[in-house]
Amino acid sequence: MTVTETPAVLPLTRRTWFVRLLQALVIVSFVGGWELLGRAGVLDPFFYSRPSLFVLRIAEWFSEGIAERSIWNDMRVTLMETILGFTIGTLLGVGIGYAFARNRLLGQAFDPLFSMFNAIPRLVLAPVFILAFGIDLASKVALGVTLVFFIVFFATFTAVRDVDQTLVDNVRILGARRRDVTFQVLLPAAFSAILASLRTSAGFAFAGAVVAEYIGSNVGLGRRIARAAAAPRASPRRRPRAAPRSRPPRPRSRLRSPRGRP
Amino acid sequence: MAGGEVAAVTLRGVSKTYRPPQKRPYLAITDIDLDIPTGRFVSVVGPSGCGKSTLLSLVSGLLPPTTGEVTLNGTPVREVRTDLGFIFQRDALLPWRTVRENVALPLRFRGRSDRARVEEWITRVGLAPFADNYPHELSGGMRKRAQLAQSLVADPAVLLMDEPFSALDVQTRNLMENELLTLWGASGKTVLFITHDLEEAIALSDEIVVMTAGPGRIKARYTVDLPRPRNVTEIRFSPAFATIYEHAWNDLRDEVERSYQRSLQRS
Ligand SMILES: Nc1ncnc2c1ncn2[C@@H]1O[C@H](COP(=O)(O)OP(=O)(O)OP(=O)(O)O)[C@@H](O)[C@H]1O
Ligand SMILES: [Mg+2]
Repeated sequence: MTVTETPAVLPLTRRTWFVRLLQALVIVSFVGGWELLGRAGVLDPFFYSRPSLFVLRIAEWFSEGIAERSIWNDMRVTLMETILGFTIGTLLGVGIGYAFARNRLLGQAFDPLFSMFNAIPRLVLAPVFILAFGIDLASKVALGVTLVFFIVFFATFTAVRDVDQTLVDNVRILGARRRDVTFQVLLPAAFSAILASLRTSAGFAFAGAVVAEYIGSNVGLGRRIARAAAAPRASPRRRPRAAPRSRPPRPRSRLRSPRGRP
Repeated sequence: MAGGEVAAVTLRGVSKTYRPPQKRPYLAITDIDLDIPTGRFVSVVGPSGCGKSTLLSLVSGLLPPTTGEVTLNGTPVREVRTDLGFIFQRDALLPWRTVRENVALPLRFRGRSDRARVEEWITRVGLAPFADNYPHELSGGMRKRAQLAQSLVADPAVLLMDEPFSALDVQTRNLMENELLTLWGASGKTVLFITHDLEEAIALSDEIVVMTAGPGRIKARYTVDLPRPRNVTEIRFSPAFATIYEHAWNDLRDEVERSYQRSLQRS
């Protein structure tokens, strides 16, 4: 047995290593090519930085300590918003998705409204949420929740609705109460579909937090990106060192006209 | 197995009309009057789509009848009944639970935990070496055995079986039929067994009920007076078997023909 199994296993691991090698090669040539084109002056340094420059800049950020304006704090805040948006959106999505799948009338009644909301590209709601919930954490979480909710809601709804009715009938005859049907059959059967939706929606919770920060915030990775874009210090023509910050930073919001008063 | 006791299952003037949304209502079964005495093994045969599965749904309370009344163990069927066992046409084990966990489910739902009883049933259906396997790791016959243990572990007085062995190969099927008869033997349980296979029906049962093509009615009933214990493979060669088979087949053949003609017209 082992003699016949060995050749079946060996090429497989060799193949895996080969794939790893190719993957590394692709990344190295992309980054290396970028760096070379930048140094050779093919890429306009005003618009395009180079890997060697922004790696240094990022290292600089990380060495600034853990003060209130540091990248560490930005990461902490964004992570917090992501986790809150993800958790609340998931709980609402699973709960309401499950309820709608179990109660046909409820599902039918809300179907048009939900389809309507689902048709809105939800990132454009970011300014609305900032007006409604303020410039702090709540508006970022709200955007994350709306993004996560719809993904998890639809995944849960279809998965629970499509569970094999024979499984449900069988456990009911075996004595299952409503609660047993939920936790022993419907949710486990829908589990893998819900899990798959969580993998997608975690990314969306992060995107929601960053976009909302980008549009209006005092802190967070989105705010950092917006600031860096306004003053591209990773480009060599600009000031090579970070200027000392004397002014207290103003809350930054795209909602206000950037060119003075509206 | 003498009659005369109270009926375990009765159906009085029962009919069932399906009303699917946005489609025409469909009368699946009608005018069903049937008594199944306690302890009897009764088989229902009929062409595909004549309403055999519907009949079991009504007896178990999974569906309400459109007209008429169904009683089980002496009480009218108003909601899903848990005082019976039901082996479904399709596999119904929970795929994410092992054989042992699946068999223990009915006791768990009743708030009991009787390890010894679970093990006893797993052994009785010959699955002791596979108790920790998941359903997809079992063969089709083993899955049916696990379902049998699951349905019988809480000791229901009535067992409903919907074409339980139709997906199995002939050898496995004969093995399972013999095992079923052994399990049922001295248990005193009432069995209502659905099949489209007349030979299987005669080999297993005390009585067979032939149904008409849809809408299903009861066309004829035959008592099977073959001695027990039986061996399903050998009993087919007895002359008495051949006589019953001939009579029942005459009834069934017409209905199968009718059902087939109708399906041609519909498509
Ligand atoms: N939920 C339903 N809605 C509408 N029609 C149904 C429904 N369930 C069954 N039917 C119809 O009722 C008839 C009887 O169905 P049933 O499943 O009881 O047949 P059956 O005798 O068990 O057939 P088979 O031998 O193929 O399993 C069929 O014609 C089927 O199309
Ligand atoms: Mg059927």
